[in-house]
Amino acid sequence: MFDNKVIVEDSLAAETLTDGSVGVSVLARLPYYRGLGLSMIENIAVTVDGKEIERSKVRFAAHGNMWTLDEMETEYGDRWNFGEKAKVIALTDEPVASGEHEISVAITMRVSYLPFVPTTRDIKTLSL
Amino acid sequence: MSIKRGVSLYSFQHETFLGKMNLEDCIRTCAELGANGIEVIGEQSFWGYPEQPAREEDIQHWHALMEKYGTTPVAHDFMLDYKRYKGRLMPFNEQVESIKRDIDFAKRLGTPFLRALVSIDPDVLVAAAPYAEEAGVKLLLEVHAPLHFDHPWILRHAEAYDKSGSDALGFLPDMGMFLEKFPPVWKARFIRNGVPQKIADYIEKAYEDRVLSEYVIQNVRDMGGVGPALGMAETLRHNAAYEPKRMLAHMDRIHNIHGKFYQITEDLVEPSIPYDQIVKVLTEGGYNGYICSEYEGNRWIEDAEEVDSVTQVSRQQKMLETLISQQGK
Repeated sequence: MFDNKVIVEDSLAAETLTDGSVGVSVLARLPYYRGLGLSMIENIAVTVDGKEIERSKVRFAAHGNMWTLDEMETEYGDRWNFGEKAKVIALTDEPVASGEHEISVAITMRVSYLPFVPTTRDIKTLSL
Repeated sequence: MSIKRGVSLYSFQHETFLGKMNLEDCIRTCAELGANGIEVIGEQSFWGYPEQPAREEDIQHWHALMEKYGTTPVAHDFMLDYKRYKGRLMPFNEQVESIKRDIDFAKRLGTPFLRALVSIDPDVLVAAAPYAEEAGVKLLLEVHAPLHFDHPWILRHAEAYDKSGSDALGFLPDMGMFLEKFPPVWKARFIRNGVPQKIADYIEKAYEDRVLSEYVIQNVRDMGGVGPALGMAETLRHNAAYEPKRMLAHMDRIHNIHGKFYQITEDLVEPSIPYDQIVKVLTEGGYNGYICSEYEGNRWIEDAEEVDSVTQVSRQQKMLETLISQQGK
């Protein structure tokens, strides 16, 4: 559900973190009919122009905080709200050039009542 | 007393997700349709909950809307994320405490009922029942396909509730378990996803012929079906045409109903769920609670067309109004 609405249109931006690492970000929504506590986000897989970003180089930012995906797994005090546009950051070795880029985001959720672990993937071409 | 009409705001998830409708738009829409009962998934409609308590101003806003539009809170659907911790289940007592928090939340909303997901351990619900009784609310297990009223898991719940002696435990049947035909919107989506027409036609027919899901899956494999074709066949594992009359043995514990639907046509018919029979059975059983619309067609059409949940819910409400009034005669 909401398969084609994960990545927010026109949301691609260049990022420089406080430690100087660079990359790009998109705004993303959780493809689910409710929100979810951050500890239940199993993975956010990102590709930039077809190149997979290592899990350790993905960051999730919301409510003034930023988490690595490993940190999210033990975050019990915050959530990705229903329909909320949160920032997903992909760190890259080099700054990403301006122009059009194909971005994909695949979100894997641990949902207590489901007998499987769903992954929903969205892919969009956005302009930087 | 007859059956009352309500709406679960789950129905408007497409519009609320995208920010096209807010809580007031949803409540006003329900009131305009004469669907005065409101069911809500707390954590869909209340920002921050349950990791943070719902804000008092949000609760006041909810009650102000109920007053303004003459609507009534019916149910809060809670989730109980017992897989919150990676690699281990939430301990029993913590699950009970989690339900108590939702009971407190339901009290703030003024909903007499709480929907419990079908996979919840009956002993957890029994342990939370005294707290529910004290709060004056009921915990209702959502009997949802592929489970049904003859399934041992549901019978185990019924036995546990009877043994507990608590009237704060009951059932909330989801009408999707009476899936008489393969929904046309599912078939169309699977074809768009790449299922060959021949295989899609076969699965639809096999469903109508009540062929066991495992045979259908194997036959689709034999027809060369892969990926989406197997996905379409596997929906038969999760759905079946159970018998609405099975609700009659549990009427004393059924207090709310999910009016699940995937599509209502222009002539006000759900092509896959027999609402005429359902309303007849519920009337026979003396049911006078709500049927809350639960539109779930959105996810099946969103790739091909703009979702219009309000039109869909409006059609289902008209259909229900007619069916209910026919029974009253």
